[in-house]
Amino acid sequence: MASDVQVLESAVVRFAGDSGDGMQLTGSQFTTSTALSGSDLATFPDFPAEIRAPAGTTFGVSAFQINFGAKSIKTVGDRPDVLVAMNPAALKVNIKTLRPGGLLVVDTGAFSKRNLQKAGYDVDPLSTHELEAYQLVELDVSKLTLEAVKDFGLGNKEALRCKNMWTLGLMLWMFSRKREPVVAWLEKKFAKLPDIAGANVAALNAGHAFGETAELSVHFKRYQIGATHSEPGIYKTVTGSQALSWGITAGGELSGLPIVLGSYPITPASPILHTLSNMKELGVVTFQAEDEIAAICAAIGAAYGGALGVTSSSGPGIALKGEALGLAISIELPLVVINSQRGGPSTGLPTKTEQSDLYQAIYGRNGDAPLPVIATRSPGDCFEAAIEACRIAVKYMTPVMLLTDGFIANAAEPWKLPDLDKIEPFKVTFAEAPEEGLEFNPFKRDEVTLARHWPKPGVPGTEHRIGGIEKSFDSGHISYDPENHQKMTDTRVGKIDGIANDIPAQGVDQGEDSGTLAVVGWGSTYGPISEAVKAGREEGLKVSHIHIRYLNPFPANLGELLASFDKVIVPEMNTGQLKTVLRDKFLIDAKPLNKVSGQPFKIQEILDVIHAEASS
Amino acid sequence: MNELSAPKANLTIKDFTSDQEVRWCPGCGDYAILKCMQRTLPEMGVTRENTVFVSGIGCSSRFPYYMNTYGFHTIHGRAPAVATGLKLANPELDVWVVTGDGDGLSIGGNHLMHALRRDVDLNILLFNNKIYGLTKGQYSPTSDLGTRSPSTPQGSVDPALNPISFALGSGAHFVARTVDTAQKHMPGVFKRAHAFKGASFVEILQNCIVYNDAAWKGITEKNVVADKQLLVEHGEKMLFGAERNKGIRFNAQKFALEVVVIGEGGITEDDVLTHDETNLQLARMLGELGGQADEPVVMGVLYARQAEHSYTDAVLGQVAERKGKTTLKDIMYGGQTWEVSETITS
Repeated sequence: MASDVQVLESAVVRFAGDSGDGMQLTGSQFTTSTALSGSDLATFPDFPAEIRAPAGTTFGVSAFQINFGAKSIKTVGDRPDVLVAMNPAALKVNIKTLRPGGLLVVDTGAFSKRNLQKAGYDVDPLSTHELEAYQLVELDVSKLTLEAVKDFGLGNKEALRCKNMWTLGLMLWMFSRKREPVVAWLEKKFAKLPDIAGANVAALNAGHAFGETAELSVHFKRYQIGATHSEPGIYKTVTGSQALSWGITAGGELSGLPIVLGSYPITPASPILHTLSNMKELGVVTFQAEDEIAAICAAIGAAYGGALGVTSSSGPGIALKGEALGLAISIELPLVVINSQRGGPSTGLPTKTEQSDLYQAIYGRNGDAPLPVIATRSPGDCFEAAIEACRIAVKYMTPVMLLTDGFIANAAEPWKLPDLDKIEPFKVTFAEAPEEGLEFNPFKRDEVTLARHWPKPGVPGTEHRIGGIEKSFDSGHISYDPENHQKMTDTRVGKIDGIANDIPAQGVDQGEDSGTLAVVGWGSTYGPISEAVKAGREEGLKVSHIHIRYLNPFPANLGELLASFDKVIVPEMNTGQLKTVLRDKFLIDAKPLNKVSGQPFKIQEILDVIHAEASS
Repeated sequence: MNELSAPKANLTIKDFTSDQEVRWCPGCGDYAILKCMQRTLPEMGVTRENTVFVSGIGCSSRFPYYMNTYGFHTIHGRAPAVATGLKLANPELDVWVVTGDGDGLSIGGNHLMHALRRDVDLNILLFNNKIYGLTKGQYSPTSDLGTRSPSTPQGSVDPALNPISFALGSGAHFVARTVDTAQKHMPGVFKRAHAFKGASFVEILQNCIVYNDAAWKGITEKNVVADKQLLVEHGEKMLFGAERNKGIRFNAQKFALEVVVIGEGGITEDDVLTHDETNLQLARMLGELGGQADEPVVMGVLYARQAEHSYTDAVLGQVAERKGKTTLKDIMYGGQTWEVSETITS
């Protein structure tokens, strides 16, 4: 009955289970259905590094969180309103995130003595007062699922695999989402296995029906979350990896160059390799190299041959590419280097998020080896940031580091699709043969950008030899001359610094362009900073949000802008890297706010600091 | 296999010689290889603009600077990877990779292995002088056991790697060997390597006059060449020796090749093996010859088996098959989308 439906502005739901329970699929299908309902949303897939950690253990717990609402959603939400725990380990790991008073749904069928032990529970928490703060709903999802799919003749193990769809059905009912897109997806996915498809659909329907019949129960309120009031346009749910891959492909079309990607599998960057490997229709060539070094070297070789070379990795792989990056800087060839950052150092936390490769991006090479660094702030933003990386790379004949992270790569958000015809092209022209009798100089430069011209093998008259040894400014030949090295080093630095004049001035995302307090961020902290600043401003605090895309060089006005605030705080998912760079460049007293737990900032964590700084 | 087209232009050795002063040590074996290449390219009918030399780091890797073609002196060991990317960007180019025993088999062993395994259409020349020259004489992965060098003053303790075995073990489809001083033999090997579609691997025994002089003396000196080198030709008997009375026979009991002398112990020419360059097992055994005192080192094309498609053709073939079938716009605007219209905008 309609009167039982409660209208909410937004809600946060977290699905948690064993890594074999299909929680990522459940979450992404809930996301699709939610997006199609027109709600704004943000998601956070939070999964373990192990593909199949031992079942039932806490380190094998996989979770998917979604924040969705009728308002603009910029974070995945600080605390879930609803937690679905498919086993004791999932409960143990995730219960502390659930908002007090929140709804906790557990599958009692998985609360066996053995599973409790594996999760580290001496006593079944369902039998104690431990969970009193929450609205606990105990359901034997396992049994209910087996009952729902019994007509399909599946084995016990296969039948239990449909548990996630039963749960999804219940949640779709609870939040008044449509089942049709999920049914269509299941039928397509299991087109060749009709029994499996049928069983999953039956489980989904059974979960949904359970919600309807249990409607009288006090716990089972049904919620309605409306459509958001977005800008008009065509929308699509995208992950960062998708949008970034499309941006690279668009960069190829805008520059008129074929894309050659050299990459080596690494978490969390591999989805970019996968997406681009599926874009052969657009002429994209991908090369899964034997290692990270070969991946970048092949991209450099492709760039030498006149293609737009791209390489994609994560921090440990970028470290291996360091020497080759220096080569690309030295011979001044365009290259886009994508770093999907993860927790470090070393192998660190492969599936968790950090922003701790900023120093590596700006400084991490031998010699004076400057290169432009650009950061993406959200999944949809990856598209434009990737195009910018391509534009700067070919215009300035330089490798460009494009920083994204595991959170952005895997998270999804509704994104207003851009009008591709309205993006300014940046067509490349290659070097031409010199006049008869004149020697070809591969290092002839544009007087304004200082970029050298780009000769292409196969073209008569521009034959030349280059390499990583220092080159003469005047001829491009090998030169060990001390003054020439000074001049070439200054030129390489000057070329990159000059890009500051060719990028948009730094704007203020929220608030005034001078005043008491600026919260300065970069990358995926955009959502939480934005929400925290908004909340602070609603309380009447004088606080502004500045979010930097161009990290090297900084926009020309950034120093002046920051100097016009009394205080600058820099929330980062590292130990203070942007803070240090800002201090170095502008001699300002930027203060750090750091978090390196592998989890995104909560709005409250930033808001607490805004309270302290804006009122002190 | 000599299906080489007639020269496209009347280019000469001068056209392939760059204006750069050659900076190898006087007497270095690299000079002879360079001259041979500059002399042989015009005979192959190639153009300067379509020819690229890619190298890593080391003495041999300075080679591209002296060729008046496109040239790319990259970083240590990585030339095969750079060349692979270059071929993916433009498969029409003739790409030569110049490397050495340290560059190609030590720091760049992984890349060399995979370029060979993939059968990327590259001509790979490995100058083997069994020493690190540019860094002043340390032992290399092909140095003989016991080599005394600045880093192994008591003699090296790790056995040498055989480049031919390495290449065949990596799955190479074309493997050959020649010597820096063999000015008559080398051009033919270069031409065969160039004509081969796929990765062609050529080991060139090369003398480092400063740090490992006479390393190949035992097989390259005039008075021993006939007995210490076996020049193989596909379809020809494997005969050698000053009097061409020595041959290679397969000893089935030992499952090994052995040297026999025609006329001794009833051996006739019929006992001597005929070279079949498409036989992988034979190539493996020929590559290992030279270890025993009476064994010759095998020169020429040890193995050549043309694959149906080179790696580059296969990769680009997959792209060509699909290219143009959709647009970026169709991909982005396809799938599940929804429209927010003006009316519900607040």
